[in-house]
Amino acid sequence: MSSVDALHRESAVDLARACAAGERSARSIADAFLARAASVEPGLDAFLELDAARVRAQADAIDARRDRGETLGPLAGVPVAIKDLIAERDAPLTCGSRILENYVSPYDAHVIERLRAADAVLFGRTNLDEFAMGSTTETSAFKVTKNPWDPARFPGGSSGGSAVAVAARMAPLALGTETGGSIRQPASLCGVYGLKTTYGRVSRYGAAAYASSLDQIGPFATSAADLALLLGVIAGRDTRDSTSADEPVPDYAASLGQGVEGLRIGVPREFFGDGVDPEVRATVERAIETLRGLGAETRDVSLPHTEYGIPVYYLVATSEASSNLARYDGVHYTTRADAPDLEHLYTRSRGDGFGLEVKKRIMLGTFALSAGYYDAYYKKAQQVRTLIRRDFDAAFADVDVLVGPVAPAPAAPLGAVVDDALAMYMMDVLTVTANLAGICALSCPAGFTEGRLPIGVQLLAPPFAEPTLLRTAAAFEAATDYSREEPIA
Amino acid sequence: MVDPSVVDSVAALARLDLDPAQRERLISDLGKILAHIEMLDRVDTTDVPITSHPLDATDVDAADEPIASLPVAEGLRNAPDREGDLFRVPPVLGGDG
Repeated sequence: MSSVDALHRESAVDLARACAAGERSARSIADAFLARAASVEPGLDAFLELDAARVRAQADAIDARRDRGETLGPLAGVPVAIKDLIAERDAPLTCGSRILENYVSPYDAHVIERLRAADAVLFGRTNLDEFAMGSTTETSAFKVTKNPWDPARFPGGSSGGSAVAVAARMAPLALGTETGGSIRQPASLCGVYGLKTTYGRVSRYGAAAYASSLDQIGPFATSAADLALLLGVIAGRDTRDSTSADEPVPDYAASLGQGVEGLRIGVPREFFGDGVDPEVRATVERAIETLRGLGAETRDVSLPHTEYGIPVYYLVATSEASSNLARYDGVHYTTRADAPDLEHLYTRSRGDGFGLEVKKRIMLGTFALSAGYYDAYYKKAQQVRTLIRRDFDAAFADVDVLVGPVAPAPAAPLGAVVDDALAMYMMDVLTVTANLAGICALSCPAGFTEGRLPIGVQLLAPPFAEPTLLRTAAAFEAATDYSREEPIA
Repeated sequence: MVDPSVVDSVAALARLDLDPAQRERLISDLGKILAHIEMLDRVDTTDVPITSHPLDATDVDAADEPIASLPVAEGLRNAPDREGDLFRVPPVLGGDG
């Protein structure tokens, strides 16, 4: 057993086992991660809120249950950082927005209920792009989160706070959400594992909606085994989310040791276009060689509509957002501006409460759905979305998993793209198509640039084939050592 | 660039106040984004059905069983203004109410 000083380096699997067995108290685990956060968080700003008293109270309650002889759950005493888009009863829920600055959740999201039932310790509220609208975590109304490998660079987004919390070992696990790459892209840029779950795999009940035909909740971790552990806790049917799928939840841990011998891997040529940074390309090609060396078969495949992913995504997502964000109206639970009548209460409360990126997306969506433009924009995007799905269906007829880059480039300096209307959107070009098709996809640490910035490799698989992703990631992890490197000593 | 009058009418539809700097940014940014979106015109979508949702599942009726809902006090917990058990708003039609 390692010393308390190094406890923050232990895996979630080991921590849960040690806590359930009584070898470590939940309190000692919580204190170790709180101490770690106290040391590194001031330079990173991953958390919007981290209440040590609330953390310790949960840990003490878990210890008391064990002391009474109760059997603890699969995440016994394991801290899990939560993206501040997911409701946790009696905790703040800002979504990174001024309009929810004072909001306190009156109920738990489904995934939070699952975490509590598994004896996890909810470990703070992590920063995000406002309402998950951004790819750098710089559109948050409250703070800018820094990349732990180089604090002058962004961590990716929108779940940047969750990615950084795990990368800097302030929490062994975290939850994020994805609409167009918001877990995989920051996972890649921060050198951790991040999983975009199949649409319908995890209930969104209690997660603030951005684009309802795309949104999914998923885990961050520092190993495939830890990712599998958290996925197993949050996956499954919940009738309060009508899109929650009635699919059995497999034993994800059982897939980890299966190896990739005979696995058919497809390499989509459109994922290696001119816009992909040479170091990213070389890293992913090396990862493919590694998988081949482990016994996987590789073949070239084509996803011909990949280049249309960005326009389709930005029409579909913003159209749905323009409807979903209508609920923030100054009347029921948001901040409210002074106004002489109801009309001005709406326009001023929303005008004061939303930042520029959120306004831009509401405006684009409202425009795309407005009379005279609907067929040319929204309907057209939905049709091309069908073609993108068909591309994946055709590819998965011949292969088990697809491999490519996650983001076209490593983390760039803070401010480099957030003010450029299209540059930020183009960072999602290799991730949005998985959301549009509803499949599952994972980002796995695969190497570093010359300047020691992490690069992830993306694995994509058909709906509900998370075991295939985990099996592939675990085999790659066992053959490499990228995921064991830490940004901050 | 998009026509500034389009930005103004869409902002009105979306119930969004824009300050002058934001209005200028949106005129420019929405123009760039819409120009990029034009690339969809290259795709032949004749007879291609729409995808509004990635799941094959269709609607089913939930069992007609009462379940607990959020208590009124909890529902009003974050209200910016209230009167008793109601949300309070300024007059719908203007004036001093």
